[in-house]
Amino acid sequence: MLSAESLKKIDAAVAKYPSDQKQSAVMAALALAQREKGHLSTEVMDYVAGYLGMAPVAVYEVASFYSMYDMAPVGRHKLCICTNLPCALSGAVEAAEHLKKKLGIDWDETTADGRFTLKQGECFGACGDAPVMLVNNQKMASFMSPEAIDKLLAELQK
Amino acid sequence: MNSARPPFDPGIYGPDAILMKGITGLNWRIKDYEARGGYAALRKILAEKTAPEAVIAEVKKSALRGRGGAGFPTGLKWSFMPRQSPGAKYMVCNSDEGEPGTFKDRDILRYNPHAVIEGMVIAGYATGSTAGYNYIHGEIWDIYEQFEEALAEARTAGYIGSKILGSDFSFELHAHHGCGAYICGEETALLESMEGKKGQPRFKPPFPASYGLYGKPTTINNTETFAAVPWIIANGGQAYLDLGRPNNGGTKLFSISGHVERPGNYEVRIGTPFAKLLEMAGGVRGGRKLKAVIPGGSSAPVVPGAIMMQTDLDYDSIAKAGSMLGSGAVIVMDETTCMVRALERLSYFYYEESCGQCTPCREGTGWMYRMVHRVETGRGRQEDLDLLSEIAGNIMGRTICALGDAAALPVRSFVQHFRDEFQYHIDHKRCLVGARAARSEVVAA
Repeated sequence: MLSAESLKKIDAAVAKYPSDQKQSAVMAALALAQREKGHLSTEVMDYVAGYLGMAPVAVYEVASFYSMYDMAPVGRHKLCICTNLPCALSGAVEAAEHLKKKLGIDWDETTADGRFTLKQGECFGACGDAPVMLVNNQKMASFMSPEAIDKLLAELQK
Repeated sequence: MNSARPPFDPGIYGPDAILMKGITGLNWRIKDYEARGGYAALRKILAEKTAPEAVIAEVKKSALRGRGGAGFPTGLKWSFMPRQSPGAKYMVCNSDEGEPGTFKDRDILRYNPHAVIEGMVIAGYATGSTAGYNYIHGEIWDIYEQFEEALAEARTAGYIGSKILGSDFSFELHAHHGCGAYICGEETALLESMEGKKGQPRFKPPFPASYGLYGKPTTINNTETFAAVPWIIANGGQAYLDLGRPNNGGTKLFSISGHVERPGNYEVRIGTPFAKLLEMAGGVRGGRKLKAVIPGGSSAPVVPGAIMMQTDLDYDSIAKAGSMLGSGAVIVMDETTCMVRALERLSYFYYEESCGQCTPCREGTGWMYRMVHRVETGRGRQEDLDLLSEIAGNIMGRTICALGDAAALPVRSFVQHFRDEFQYHIDHKRCLVGARAARSEVVAA
């Protein structure tokens, strides 16, 4: 179900916690599984549950509680732009409008070619670089003016 | 709109910096930290076999207070740990920085991670802890990975692991990443999350010092708090206290965002006038007039600009101005800001992030957001303002954790200080701030 590489990383996460607390690695395991599979299907979550000796429902609870997990398919690039107050004071509202227009989609939608999904984010803790956008959960893009967004989108189109 | 500026500006931390002194943006590795005098404090207490009580006494003397928002005296918190009780005890670093306006821990972790590691090991020594975890905000993935590298360096150098530097003290340290939940910044929610569960806060008591991670004695401190510890041990608690004010020791990183020329982190002595910090950040953007400031992160009550200009940045002075120093996140709003719209966005945040455990918060945050949204979009009713204050009052003190209060305080303070703007929206179905940019429906209805 998951690659040897992902399992190796999950094992490394498990090793951080006491031997009777494997469940502590569930957040890391789900993040790794999502990276490999694109999203967390029931099958993947069940597999993680089995691997960590957890009840499947306990894994579903975690996956549905934290906003960075995707339980439904998303586009190849998930763009999450923060519109919270500090970002909004620094042009995030305009940046979000620009993104919507450019991609032709609204919040929580995916472009027809399956390339981009757009999400509204809450504070990433990087307000000094506002407006900020999180690309595929891992890359923080800073100072997202409409021009910077155009440049980023062009790079991701390649 | 900010024009793009370089990702790192070495001058930004200010002349009084101790925590970020000598930081260039590139010198985060262990050899750089050691060259700055890093790990000397840990070496000293291990070589001299300093009594753990003496370490705690030094931290108490420094008047270091929790930098995550609550401002609880750090030394006192450490003294709650039952040091003599056998078995596992944990030291946890709260780097789940998601309070809107706060971005200091990200800079500490990426530019000076070993200060956090050394601080945690010293804290572990002082409290008799056996292991530590640093819970890092899920959205700053690259910084989590970098911290793992720093941990590997520290392990290789013998600063963490078994029998540290040949002493009898053993302490393991690991990083744990979050995955997008503001509530996990609340310490017991963070512990639940670390245990592989939904991050829903626990009832207190029991407090983490007696029943924490896996039910074991646990102390949770903020990233910046830990990072201040090595300096305190190396230079003495009194020296740290002298940098600040009585009961408000040391320096503090202030994250300044919003309508200023140079948003960023500035490390200043506690008690520095707000006006001075604003000047360091280049003043209000475009030379406009200051309207309002949220001085301690989005959960702190808003303060009118005129009052803020007369206020010093220490825990007690900001409390006197009717707000909180909180995490030191200073959100600046100029005269073009519509306060109704600003509150609408904050209210949406708390509605979105309420964990759903307590009814007053789960229902109340949604109710408050919908009402502010109604007022903002010109559908407000005359009775809405009093009702808003009433709902806020009914949430406060009636929830397990502080998120309920955090959602209520902005509502109460915005309506209190800027009632005329809210009233104008209700009476005229439009905004009092004429220069408002074209409204767009960014906030979901």
